[in-house]
This record gives sequence, C-alpha cells and structure tokens, in this order.
Amino acid sequence: MGQQIVNGLFLGSIYALFALGYTLVFGVLDILNLAHQAVFMVCAYAALVLVGHLHLPMFAAFPVAVLLGGFLGMAVDRIAFRPLRGRSDSNIAGLISSIALATILEAAVVQVFGPDVERFPFGAVPTRSLKIGGAVVSELQIVIIAIAIAMLLGLTWLLRRTRLGRRIRAVAESPKAARVLGVDVDRIISASFFVSSALGAAAGVLFGLAFNNVSPDMGRSVELKGLAVIVLGGMGSMPGAALAGVALGLLEVFTVAWVGSSYRDAVAFGVLFLVLVLRPRGLLGSAALREA
Amino acid sequence: MTSSSLQDLWLTYQSTVAFIGLNGLLALSVYTTLSCGQLSLAQAAFMAIGAYVSAILTFHSGAPFAVNLAVATLLPALVSVPLGLPVLRLKGVFLAIATIGFGEVVRIFFVNLDYTNGALGLTAVPQRTSIWMIYAALGTALFVLWRIRGSRAGYALEAIREDEPAARTMGIDAARYKLAMLALGAAFAGLAGALEAHYTYMVSPSTYSFTRVVDMLVYAVVGGTSVFYGPVVGAAFLTALPEVLREISARVGLAPGPLRLFVNGAVLLAVILFLPEGISSLPRRIRDRLRARREAHAA
Amino acid sequence: MLLSLQGVRRTFGGLAAVDGASLAVGTGEVHGLIGPNGAGKTTLLNLVSGLIPPTSGAIVLDGERIDGLASHVIAARGITRTYQNIRLFSALTAADNVLVGAHLKRNAPLWRRMAFLPSAAAEERAARAAALALLARVGMSERAFERASNLSYGEQRRVEIARALASSPRVMLLDEPTAGMNPGEVTAIADLIRGVARAGHSVLLVEHNVKLVMAVCDRITVLDFGKVIADGTPAEVGRDPAVIAAYLGGEAAA
Ligand SMILES: Nc1ncnc2c1ncn2[C@@H]1O[C@H](COP(=O)(O)OP(=O)(O)OP(=O)(O)O)[C@@H](O)[C@H]1O
Ligand SMILES: [Mg+2]
Repeated sequence: MGQQIVNGLFLGSIYALFALGYTLVFGVLDILNLAHQAVFMVCAYAALVLVGHLHLPMFAAFPVAVLLGGFLGMAVDRIAFRPLRGRSDSNIAGLISSIALATILEAAVVQVFGPDVERFPFGAVPTRSLKIGGAVVSELQIVIIAIAIAMLLGLTWLLRRTRLGRRIRAVAESPKAARVLGVDVDRIISASFFVSSALGAAAGVLFGLAFNNVSPDMGRSVELKGLAVIVLGGMGSMPGAALAGVALGLLEVFTVAWVGSSYRDAVAFGVLFLVLVLRPRGLLGSAALREA
Repeated sequence: MTSSSLQDLWLTYQSTVAFIGLNGLLALSVYTTLSCGQLSLAQAAFMAIGAYVSAILTFHSGAPFAVNLAVATLLPALVSVPLGLPVLRLKGVFLAIATIGFGEVVRIFFVNLDYTNGALGLTAVPQRTSIWMIYAALGTALFVLWRIRGSRAGYALEAIREDEPAARTMGIDAARYKLAMLALGAAFAGLAGALEAHYTYMVSPSTYSFTRVVDMLVYAVVGGTSVFYGPVVGAAFLTALPEVLREISARVGLAPGPLRLFVNGAVLLAVILFLPEGISSLPRRIRDRLRARREAHAA
Repeated sequence: MLLSLQGVRRTFGGLAAVDGASLAVGTGEVHGLIGPNGAGKTTLLNLVSGLIPPTSGAIVLDGERIDGLASHVIAARGITRTYQNIRLFSALTAADNVLVGAHLKRNAPLWRRMAFLPSAAAEERAARAAALALLARVGMSERAFERASNLSYGEQRRVEIARALASSPRVMLLDEPTAGMNPGEVTAIADLIRGVARAGHSVLLVEHNVKLVMAVCDRITVLDFGKVIADGTPAEVGRDPAVIAAYLGGEAAA
C-alpha cells in the first residue's frame, strides 16, 4: 500500500508537470497545443544527447534541456499559432497546425535517431534506493518528486508574484482588456509558451529517466493522459492540473494493483469522459488560472 | 503499353487505390460532423465497432456480406446516439476531448476483450471486399452529402455551423441535426471499418488509435471542408503521396518512414496557414486570380 | 393579449438587467420598447426569444407559458427576431439567409430530394420564390444573390428582417432595425413595419430613433435600469415626466 502510494505520487508528479504546461497555454489562449507532447519528446532526446554523447552530468543537462524546451515552445507559437490568431476557426485550425508541427518534429527525430527505444548510459541515472517504512523508494523517484514540487512552487511564485505572472493572468482574463492596458499581448503569449514548454520539457526528461526509455512516440500516450488531467482539473486551472495529475498517477497505480495492468489506460479516459459529461468544469472550476 | 504491363501497374497500385477509397470514406465521416461545426474524434471507435462486428458475423454466421456491411453501418450509428446526447452539449475543444476519451475507452475495451483475441485482434478474416464495393460505398456517401447540400436540412446545417444560437431562433432544432450528423458520420466510419477489415484480412485494436482519427481529420482539412468532396480530394492526395515519396526517398537515400511523416506534417501546416479552404479550393483560387489579372489587363 | 410578460426578471451576477418587467403586445400591434443604453431592452428580447432563461417571472404567448422553453421551440410557437449586432450567416447569400429563416414553413422530406422526385424540386422552387418575394418586400431584389458579408450595414439589417419574416411569425422582435441606416432607408423600414402589422403580425420594436417609434408604434413601454417606468400610447409616454427625466438624465451623463 505504501509502495503503491509512492509509485503513484512519482508517476503523478510527471503527469502534473506535463499537464501544467498544457493547461497554462489553454488558460491563456483557449487553445490546445497538441505539439506539447512533441516538445516533451524532443527534449528527452536532447537530454539523452547531452548526457550520452557530450558526457554532461545529468544535473547540468537537465536545465539545458528545459531551456531548449522553452525556446522550442516559442517557436511553436510563432509558427503554428500566431499566424492563425484572429481567424474565425482559430480553435480547430490551431489544433491542426500544432498536430502538423508535432508530426514534423517526430519525423525529424525518427530520421536522426531511428524509430527504436534509446536508453540513458549506465551511471547517468541514480540507482540506489532506500527503505521508508515498508516502501522501497529509489533515489531517482525522490529526485523526480522533489523537482516536480520545486517547479510547481516556482510556477506558483511566477504567476502570483512577478510582473510577468500578473500580465499572463491579465491576458488569460481578457486579451482585449490587457491590450488596452498597454500589455504587449503577443509577447506575453510567447512567454507563456516558453514557460509551458519548459515544464513539458522537464516532464519529458524526467519521464525518460524514470522509465529509462526514450522513443519518438513517447509523447503520444502522455499527451492523451495530459488531456484527461487538464479536463479533470478544470481547463486552464493550474492547481487543478497539479492535483489531477497526482490523482491520475495514484489511480493508475492502484488500478494496476487491484484490477490489472491492461486496464490502466482505461481509467484515465473513463474519468475524462465522465468528467466531461457530468461536470465539464472539472474539479476546480474553469477560470482558476486567474486565481493561481 | 502492353496489356501485361498495365496489369503489373494495377497489381502494384491496387491497394493504394483501395486505400484512397477507404480513407476518402473515413475523411467524409469526420467531415459529416464537422459540417455542422462539431469536431468529433470518436470516428476510429465507430470504425472499430464496424470492423469487429462485421468480422464476427463473417466468422460465426452464414449471413451474406451485404448483411454484415449493413449491420456494421447501422450499429455504430446506434451507438453514437447515447454518446451524442450528453456529449454534443459540449462546445469546440471540449467536444473533441470528450470524443477522444470515448475513442480510447472503446479501443482499450477491445484490447481487453478475450473474445476477439485482445490486443492481437482477429486475423485471417476472409477477404470479401472488392475495390468496386469500396467505391460504391464512397459514391453513396458522396451522393448523400451532395443531396443534403441545398436541401432544407442542408441550410439548417450551414446555419448551425455559422451561428448555432441564431439558427435556433429560426426554429432549427440544432441538437437533433447535430445528433443526426454524428450518427451519419458514425455509419460511414463503421462501413469503412468493415470494408477495410475484409480487405486487409485483419482487425486489430491498434488500427483504431487516436493517430488514425488524426489522419482522418488531416485528410479532411487538407482537402478542404467548405465543399463536401474536399475530404475525398485530401484523402486521395495524402494516400497517393507516400507512393511518390517512396520513389523519391529511394533516390535521395532517406528513410521513407520519416520522410513521409515529415511531408505529411509540412503539407498540413502549409495548407492550414496558406490555404484555409484546402487543396480542393485551388482550382477556384487560380481561376479567380486569372480573372483578376485579365480584368486588370482590360482596364 | 397575444404576448405578455409578467414580472420578468433576469440577473447577471448581482446586476438585474431586467427587473420585474411587465408588458403586453396585442395582435397586429406595433409595440415600442425604448430606454437609455443599458436599460435592458436587448436582454428582454433575449428572454422572450429563449436565448437565455429568465431568473423569475412569466412570459405568455397566446395563453401558454413559453419562458424556459428552448429557443427553437419558441420560434416554432411563432416568435422570431432580428439582432442589434447583426447575426446573418455571413457565408450565405441574402436569399439563402432568408431560406434558412423559412425553415419552419418548409416541409420537404429529405428522401424525396434524394430520389429526385419532382415534388421536391417544386417545393424548392416555391421556397426560393417566396424568399425572393420577401427580399423584394424589403427592397433587396437586386442584391439577393450577394454574399451577406458583402452587403452594407443597412442592407444586412433589411435581410435580417426578411429572414425573420420568412417563417410568418405571430410576433416579430426587432432590435434596433434602423441603426446605421440613412433617412431614406428608415422611412422604408417604417412603412415595412406598418405593413407587417397590417398583415396581422405583431411587432415588438426596440429603437433609439424616437421619431420612428412615435410614428409607427401603437403603444410604447419605457425601460430604465431594467424596470418599466412608463407604458402607454406614444402621446402619453411623450408627456410622461419620468420618461423625460430618464432620457435627459441619460443624455446629460453621456
Ligand atoms: N450576458 C450578459 N452578461 C452580463 N451582463 C449582461 C449580459 N447581457 C447584458 N448584460 C448587462 O445587462 C444590462 C442591460 O443590457 P442590454 O444589452 O439589455 O441593454 P440595452 O437596453 O439593450 O442597451 P443598448 O441600448 O445599449 O442596446 C447592461 O448593464 C449589460 O451590461
Ligand atoms: Mg441593446
């Protein structure tokens, strides 16, 4: 039981990181960025190259990969979203242009690395583990949970305490009003993409480390789970996404333990579907970004 | 060209021709719900239902293939009604997400269904589908959509797509129309699923993943959704493209898989950014451009 | 009375946009609804047409409650409308917009069209002819096949009126039909409204053009801050000190 909870928290914190970035962009733009999973995947490969080929230590490779993710996110905004802004069908069009970009990124990765699973070199991943109560906890799990919590706190601070955060929230509330108040909306959106994709990149690197498995399609299943998480948390809600991410992690781990591993994925989508039908606002309302 | 080399050509490309038809039908199934402004991404699930039920009927009943196809067309339409009643109240992205959720639940259900061999799926499904059947189905779907356009229902659908609340104040029962179109799209998808299963000899849950729906949506958007035949144009273009790319990639020495992915992505991006009405609008655009140039000359 | 509102209230957050309004429109009557900006006129039309449900109160059409019904059902009972911020289907032509408006009147099973039956073609021809006749009535014959988005402001308003008339409603709700029109167009609309009423349809007319309201309305209700402050014939309302105060107050503030 204790073991299950640890495993669930661990998985859930990765989901939460991924979903936070996802939901941030939705909160600001009301648009789903389906290239989020591609950034997640590309940055896992970036960490792999930094550690495996350039022999950087993991603690140095991680921030580099996260920064790269941020810049990639700004590029995604520039290419796939900004040109569509103001078009009447920008909702569906943005969905599609981001799918297109994800496809291109995936193609590039397959071309360079091939379609097969890659692993981090031995020694890059801490392998020691400790016993806490009855549960075996690996050092890696502790590090991942700690990083996730730190990033969540950092994001909360950013949104609540900084000028950038206030402007992001203003744009989320109403781009028109923000513009009237002299906010450079395009720049704020760009910054939101930076933050969002940096979180996605962090999730990607941690996911790759956690399962020691990096592959071109690793983002796909996480993308759909991320959808479930942000819907469950309430679209655009930061605390909701964090909470729902952890909840999904726990739910999956317990489903595997009690029902069987083949139903693990059904949980996410069953929950997703039910929430949308029964309580479309999700757990924590719809516009909670403003209160973040 | 001799008749034997023609025959070779046909043998090489007949499966491409078949898949152009099947993908065209699937693209129409996405278009059908899109035609009243609804993005449903449950089409792969409807396709799966059609494929499984028809294969099971083929294995366990002596019913003629036409009956199998009819069941595979009607059952997904029936299933779509209880799905649509709650889900069609959702708007835009939320509807898309809910239908993705439904699609994944259906796929995982089949992955876990022992009766149909779980994740392996059904193999050695007898080949019953001929290419003419695929095109007859595609033709029927096109015919139905063509006749809807310009009818009372067709005007209602356009009104709903543009401004649903305003359409309702004109007495249009938007919920009923949206449900009907969801069911019609589900029927097209189910029929395509059954035809494909009996063409490729197999039914496997992995065929009906999210990626497959995205493909269908891409066909529809690249072809253009402002006219009913646009999605078929898109499906034909993107299904034939890999054949061309295979030749090219062999010459320049790139792996065909990633090149195909890359070109798909690039075409999609280019169309959505620069040709929002899809490639089926190209002839009209060129005509308009030429006319404008002629008029400029005359003036 | 054909249409009556009894103590209708609608709040947004804490604000009561319509605050216990009552009014009654008789058959064939042109009923004006006036009031300063933000008085709640558009909200009242939204309530009657079912776009939003009232918080409390009753809306009765011909003896039956219609509040809380879906807007397409209310349309089917015989109430159609135009919009202050024009809501034509912009990709359709003027004629096609009117055809959409005729939805309730048309009776054309789809299968007949699928089977190419002559009866289907005849029905379509008749509907098209009726739409063109309506466009002629609002003076839009020449522009019938123009895309709605290419029409001028005044033309779009006229098409909206034709679209609302296409289902032969019992009550037509007009929300500022002459906004943005030139004086010639305004006169034509005034004549049209009178004609519609003579033909037995009732009209609930929201208008800022006081001269027009005084000229065409049988009765007028004045709304201020969601409340009815006056109700009567144009002459009575024009003399009412409360109305004059509300209007002068509004103008002084503006
Ligand atoms: N959907 C809504 N949500 C919140 N407030 C609303 C909504 N619709 C209207 N209001 C408010 O209700 C009040 C009445 O607005 P309404 O549009 O009915 O006024 P009006 O009389 O039509 O004004 P105008 O002459 O400017 O058209 C206004 O204060 C408006 O801000
Ligand atoms: Mg108004």
